[in-house]
Amino acid sequence: MKLSVDLQKRLSANFALDVKFSIPAGVTILFGASGSGKTTLLRCVAGLLRPDSGQIKIGDQILFDSDTRVDVPVRERKIGFLFQNLALFPHLSVAKNIEYGLDGCERTPAQQLTENILESFRISALRNHKPNEISGGERQRVALARALVTDPRVLMLDEPLSALDYPTQSQIIEDLRAWNAARDIPILYVTHSQREVFALGERVISLENGKILSQGTPQDVLEAPTHESLAQLAGFENFFDATVVSISNDSGTMLCRLNGATTEVEVPLSRVEVGSKIRIAIRAGDIIIAGEFPRALSARNIVPARIISLRREGTMVIAEIDAGRSFEVHLTPGACESLGLKPEQQVWLVIKTHSWRLVAARMVSVRQR
Amino acid sequence: MDWSAILLSLKLSSVVCGFLLLIGTPIAYWVTFSRWRWKFLVESVVALPIVLPPTVLGFYVLVGIGSQSPIGRAWAAWSGHGLAFTFEGLVIASFLYSLPFAVQPMTVAFSQVEHQLIEASSVLGASRLRTFIRIILPLSRNGVITATVLSFAHTMGEFGVVLMVGGNIPGVTRTVSIAIYDQVQSLDYAAANRTAWLLLLFSFAVLSVVYGLNRKSLAVWPLQR
Repeated sequence: MKLSVDLQKRLSANFALDVKFSIPAGVTILFGASGSGKTTLLRCVAGLLRPDSGQIKIGDQILFDSDTRVDVPVRERKIGFLFQNLALFPHLSVAKNIEYGLDGCERTPAQQLTENILESFRISALRNHKPNEISGGERQRVALARALVTDPRVLMLDEPLSALDYPTQSQIIEDLRAWNAARDIPILYVTHSQREVFALGERVISLENGKILSQGTPQDVLEAPTHESLAQLAGFENFFDATVVSISNDSGTMLCRLNGATTEVEVPLSRVEVGSKIRIAIRAGDIIIAGEFPRALSARNIVPARIISLRREGTMVIAEIDAGRSFEVHLTPGACESLGLKPEQQVWLVIKTHSWRLVAARMVSVRQR
Repeated sequence: MDWSAILLSLKLSSVVCGFLLLIGTPIAYWVTFSRWRWKFLVESVVALPIVLPPTVLGFYVLVGIGSQSPIGRAWAAWSGHGLAFTFEGLVIASFLYSLPFAVQPMTVAFSQVEHQLIEASSVLGASRLRTFIRIILPLSRNGVITATVLSFAHTMGEFGVVLMVGGNIPGVTRTVSIAIYDQVQSLDYAAANRTAWLLLLFSFAVLSVVYGLNRKSLAVWPLQR
């Protein structure tokens, strides 16, 4: 079973969704900042929102086709949908919530199915409770069970775990995996949490401003982000505009100067020319601070710098450092202490060439259509 | 105490209230969920009795159901007697007169049901009717009770419309408010006072129920996320 989507939907003068993709069975993550069109996309597929044009298919069955004027009503689409706020029916018990979608079933099998799913999601004890009498994680399980018990052909989850703590998240993710091992249906999972992407996703589709930015494995999309917006979501703190100074084809590197500074850094080679304007990014955790000039080191970038400020945030120290341009560097409190770092101190930033990422400017999007 | 008038009023109110729930509920549903651009015209018509003098409404109902009108003639052909100055005529007039008091509380209640719950219901395969019966109606319980109580009480206390359409026939169209008017006309202030007291207590009890319920519904509402 495969979900194929090709749809266009204009929501306002400056926002339109325009996507084309198809996903096989298994979990596909829909990744993107808020306002990128993730929820709109899910609503169109579920039939809660009518696309302006396009076609939506599950396997060979057409759910929507603007050319032939097919528009299967929501209630006949057999799509599981987990809403961001869960939308549990407040006046019905947990068991009644779950049974709600089994209206077409005979009474006894419906109760049996409900019992089974209560069991497998470990919520049997809550059967007679109302949704406002149980915890957030339990509510999430109930909502998931309610969507799954109807045996949907496609499952869509709109940031289902964003409000939960990490252990609860992992448990629910495991439950979902176990469930889908037997069913093997396409699951479209919206999130903007990297952790969920790596924990769940076999594929990632990243969305920006209503368009697909890139798609592939989580590693492809998040570890080597080719777009600044994605890089920001994937946790890159430092971005610099730079100009290519020289290119070394032999070593596969190039030297570039940070705009507005004399600082030069070595970055991985890319298909640009000397003089090209590029944009480079680096994670704050990938930069090493040295208290004195380091020798005999493989890292190619050793940049003299000065500490501007240090602030503790949880188990991490965030340093703001001036190396021609301002860098954000993350280090542990222990490292900070043993180096005796303090503001105004002279230090060196050590950066491996391949820690740098080249990112395309925000608006230059390479559409994969 | 004019017990026949009180009984008649109770009977009239019950019958009218039944019809209002039966017909007012679909109207309220339509008013809440329709996206028709001229919807406001229907809303205005439903709300007219709030601002219209009862005599005006009564006059047009009287003309509308009179022996000259198509409705009056059809009714006469079917039942053998006219509508004007009968209990049935009174039911029609009271129904129209109390319609906004049934439709408006239900419209408010229906529109306060979280939209996502309605969407969740249809994603789970429920038809509109099933969604209405299993989700919207139970979550609008207080609104429906308010509508019932208000339309019952409003019918109980009406005067002008009844006088115009029903006249003053003891046991047929002489309701409790007309009885009070009669008692005052015949200078029997003591009897008028007793009847009026009864109506006053009744109205107070009804309003207490309505406001008590609505206060509770507001306190409960934010818990429902």
